[in-house]
Amino acid sequence: MDIFVQQLVNGLTLGAVYAIVALGYTMVYGIIQLINFAHGEVVMIGAMVAFTVINALAAAGMPPLLVVLIGTGCAIPVCMLVGYSMERFAYRPLRGAPRLAPLITAIGVSIILQHLAMLVWSRNVMAFPQIIPLTTYSFAGATITGVQIVILSLCFAMMAGLALLVYRTRLGTAMRATAQNPQVARLMGVDVNRVIATTFVIGASLAAVAGVMVGTYYGVAQYTMGSILGLKAFAAAVLGGIGNIPGAMVGGLLLGVVEALGAGYIGDLTDLCRYGPLASALGERCADGGHFVLFGSNYQDVFAFVVLILVLVLRPSGLLGERVGDRA
Amino acid sequence: MNKSKLALTLLAVATGLIGCGKEEPKKPAVTQAAPPAPPPSIEIKIGHVGPLTGQIAHLGKDNENGARLAIDEANAANIKIDGKDAKFVLVAEDDQADPKVGTTVAQKLVDAKVAGIVGHLNSGTSIPASDIYNKANLPVISGSATNPKLTEQGFKGQFRVVARDDQQGPAVANYLATAAKPKLVAIIDDATAYGEGLANEVEKSLKAVNIKVLPREKGTDKTSDWKAILTKLKGRNPDAVFYGGMDATGGPLLKQGRELGVKAVFSFGDGACTDDMTKLAGAAADGLLCSQAGLPPQAANKKFLDAYKKKFNVDPILYAPFTYDAANLLIAAMKKANSADPAKYLPELAKLDYQGATGKIAFDDKGDRKGAEITIFTMKDGKLSPIAIIKGGQTVSYEDYVKASAPAPAAGPAKDAPKAEMKK
Repeated sequence: MDIFVQQLVNGLTLGAVYAIVALGYTMVYGIIQLINFAHGEVVMIGAMVAFTVINALAAAGMPPLLVVLIGTGCAIPVCMLVGYSMERFAYRPLRGAPRLAPLITAIGVSIILQHLAMLVWSRNVMAFPQIIPLTTYSFAGATITGVQIVILSLCFAMMAGLALLVYRTRLGTAMRATAQNPQVARLMGVDVNRVIATTFVIGASLAAVAGVMVGTYYGVAQYTMGSILGLKAFAAAVLGGIGNIPGAMVGGLLLGVVEALGAGYIGDLTDLCRYGPLASALGERCADGGHFVLFGSNYQDVFAFVVLILVLVLRPSGLLGERVGDRA
Repeated sequence: MNKSKLALTLLAVATGLIGCGKEEPKKPAVTQAAPPAPPPSIEIKIGHVGPLTGQIAHLGKDNENGARLAIDEANAANIKIDGKDAKFVLVAEDDQADPKVGTTVAQKLVDAKVAGIVGHLNSGTSIPASDIYNKANLPVISGSATNPKLTEQGFKGQFRVVARDDQQGPAVANYLATAAKPKLVAIIDDATAYGEGLANEVEKSLKAVNIKVLPREKGTDKTSDWKAILTKLKGRNPDAVFYGGMDATGGPLLKQGRELGVKAVFSFGDGACTDDMTKLAGAAADGLLCSQAGLPPQAANKKFLDAYKKKFNVDPILYAPFTYDAANLLIAAMKKANSADPAKYLPELAKLDYQGATGKIAFDDKGDRKGAEITIFTMKDGKLSPIAIIKGGQTVSYEDYVKASAPAPAAGPAKDAPKAEMKK
């Protein structure tokens, strides 16, 4: 039971980060029906910028909390700039083009950003300096670290903040209007271009924070970290129903939990020696407490995509997405 | 104008080349007739391959530095091969620790007509590349690839100067068994030829002394999230955890393990037995047990250590003394055969008896080093310190080993020996 709770805590932490990244995907999709595959790279850039600043400041011996805050503070504007230029120079010129064109462009932007990061930061792994003292708390038999608590609370705060922004402010109303029908929104006096650019910038700043969180959580950052994280967050967004903001949050959390529990238990579940008739068929390999594991925990990364496929087959509009024929 | 200039240069180069070619057959006559004339020089290319980019680029650079130092020293020593001034050139390539890139780079070196190769760093890249070198009949000496399969393929030109995993695995497993006395051990690997191979050896040895081993857990050589696996392991409460993999993944593993409150003794193989562990895992690295498939770099001979420090301004990290020896072995064999032709110097290399920076080196029939040592380390206050040396199944504590071997060079001339003892 303790283990189950622990896997749940790990999964929720991971899922909260996925959710934040998934929000970036879903917001952009909701407004211009573009799957921005370069979003994962924005997360990576956020982590790399923050790590560079943090490593430099930590060497100067500043207090850890301040160092991380400054690092994040530097990452956010850089990512916002990346997000804005992405929209302005790569996607806006293709606004009226067939949907496939911006999609391919997004993949291109992703590759360009990744390789730029490689040129700037080299291929080496950057380690997070050991400045945050390890504080652990016991919770229902599970261990939760201070970093995990910060990540979880920050993610929920950001989700709440975003929900407020979208559903309670003028900008949010404009965003939703643009999402529903850009032409009519423009007739109503909404500056559609500005709204779209703002959406990208908000998504990018969320990505920057997610980058810092994921980097701090694992203690390492590298130029390739964005692609798999981005794909998983995309799977989370689809799981929740792409274009749907609460959907991305639910999808992210769910995916994190599925992944953690899956990686934690698949080895046991596919240990053929646990199943009587199979065990006797395997004979010697199972004798004396032996194991014959079909799928091990190295399949961890596969779960997100298995879930993605299942959702696409069984419920293409996602958990919370509504069925809109002309939009998918 | 430009075109004619280019043509002119080409012509000049061509005549130069023809000139060189013509000179060769004449050479004996020239040297006999006029000895003071500078002897013609020959350029000998030696390849080095290791990951210079990617997660373990620091280890690749370390290996390359070792080989580079050997080459530079050989050039400074004015070695003559076949009567010509030998000029050694290091052709350093990057295989990104990726088996696919490894074979591409191997072919590149073959095409560049290198005379021999030092490398690769990883077993996973060395094994596929070895086939290419074998077809080209090129001698290869690895200073760090430990997977047994490398020298089990029956390739004549394949050598290594470090211990094999079927020596290292039992060594670290037995040390773990006697030092930590675990009842239950969890084994994780990174699904590479090296990590999995070493983990298998450790598992075999642990089971042989009746220690229970949990079903294998696996990550990849890029995994940074070990929490799910570690949480699962925590539930089984193993007394020790062994990881077969490199330091870039081992660091996060160790750090996350301690964060989750896993109390087990962590034990790593040579790929994760570096001082970088402190950077990657922080305070969590303390108490780590790990092994290196050779003598520790700080136990390499003083001459090498000083020269390395002087040239690169850093201390060797892991296998630099071994790649240094590997490059020197190639050069020594060429000297002995008086030829840089692989077909001629390969037989000499196989039967060489060489005193290198890492001690006496001779190869067995397979191309493995005879009597290779394995060192066990522990991490203490952010520094790896050697605690035991295992040679031929015998475990000796590091202090005893140093005591036993340190007076040896000093006591070289027999007369000095008693004096040295008196002083102590």
